[in-house]
Amino acid sequence: MTPGIDGSLPLEPTTPAESFSALLRSRGVEPRWDGGTGGIEIDPPEATTVIALRYADGIVVAGDRRATSGNIIAHRRVEKVFPADSFSAVAISGVAGIAVELTRLFQTELEHYEKIEGRRLSLEGKANHLASMVRRQLPMAMQGLVVIPLFAGYDVEADEGRLYSFDVVGGRYEETDYTATGSGGRDARLYLRTVFRDDLSEAEALDIAVAALVAAAEEDTATGGPDLKRGIYPNVVMIDHDGYREVEDDRVGTAARVAMEATA
Amino acid sequence: MTTPFYVPPEQLMKDRAEYARKGIGRGKSIVAVEYEHGILLLGENPSGTLHKISEIYDRIAFAGVGKYNEFEQLRIGGIRRADLTGYAYSRSDVTAKGVANAYAQTLGLIFTQEVKPYEVELMLAEVGNDVEDTRIFKVTYDGTMYAERRFSAIGGQEEALIASLEESYEDSAPLEAALSWAKSACASIIEGDVVAGDWEAAVVDRTNGRRAFRRLEATEVDSA
Repeated sequence: MTPGIDGSLPLEPTTPAESFSALLRSRGVEPRWDGGTGGIEIDPPEATTVIALRYADGIVVAGDRRATSGNIIAHRRVEKVFPADSFSAVAISGVAGIAVELTRLFQTELEHYEKIEGRRLSLEGKANHLASMVRRQLPMAMQGLVVIPLFAGYDVEADEGRLYSFDVVGGRYEETDYTATGSGGRDARLYLRTVFRDDLSEAEALDIAVAALVAAAEEDTATGGPDLKRGIYPNVVMIDHDGYREVEDDRVGTAARVAMEATA
Repeated sequence: MTTPFYVPPEQLMKDRAEYARKGIGRGKSIVAVEYEHGILLLGENPSGTLHKISEIYDRIAFAGVGKYNEFEQLRIGGIRRADLTGYAYSRSDVTAKGVANAYAQTLGLIFTQEVKPYEVELMLAEVGNDVEDTRIFKVTYDGTMYAERRFSAIGGQEEALIASLEESYEDSAPLEAALSWAKSACASIIEGDVVAGDWEAAVVDRTNGRRAFRRLEATEVDSA
């Protein structure tokens, strides 16, 4: 019997034994984040605008539903906001296929740690781990296959919502109020800057999040606005001291109609 | 070159089994009882931090008795196996049967090939969408695997526990009833009273959503 996953003594493993990525690596089945060199130009679908902002009791995270491939709409109903665990969310922008896989690995990683150690990672621990996953993906980013996540969650130790943005080399930045990434991120940020207050209620935060995505869709073709005809609305999730929960389409639809009337 | 003494295999296996049973008998037992929404696992465990019952995957719970470091190692192995399978394929492809089989293979191999057998007995409880899909597996120190229904027990005194549960058990009972049966079964084999708060209990409950596992609070167990 080899107690450590890499065959070393459990006391001094070469990698943290509770890491799922390390387990995949030890079995030689980790996802390859390196794209090789040269070769043909590929144009995989990209997920675009996602935002997160803080309100009085927690964090709201939202994303539009469009994935584009060059000037083509690749998918209309893509989800870009996912639960990382029961108290945090990860939202993705960049190459959709890699980002979704990155998210799945991150989710498994957090649950794996929680089950083995009997406790959740701290919110900062989760953010740091996600940063290292983005950094490992750097060789792919050098080929133009970039993935930039957002991470937000409720810090049960500090009793407050916190949000983090990342850059392409795995830099991790804690944001105090709001953040946005993806092709429409700049427009969404501009909108958020004009309306953000320190004491937003949950309902106000939800309306603002949807309005920020509508504002981004007005200026950026790669960001999909709410599609009233097909009933496609942004993904919006709230995270507070009770944990992660998705907002129903009806409620998001109402916010979307109000926001679209305001821009018309 | 020295010739090793010949020991007949019957004797060897008998000695090993006796050694393992002795180790297991020293520890405290754990019972599993099905109830209307899932399966309850309960045992006496004065330590609030060293768990014998824990989560393996979405709908699968683990319980181990015997030597802590040995069943803890097997618990971690089970979680690794389940997470690898779920990540490589789909979450629904992880089954208690698969994990229990892996435990049986591992324990069987250790029993025959290692210097000393593991002094452990394990239980895996899996809650399905309905009663027919609900499973309880038991794996013993020599790798023997049992598929059980309605209730089960591991540890040194399982016969007495099963006898007690046989008298009280009814199908589709509420959790409170299952708790009181499980507690009285455990109490029947212990001399003296179990101190309130010394129980460790958890459920896999199909009404809990994706992750069905939940530890029960001490007040919840004591009040039943």
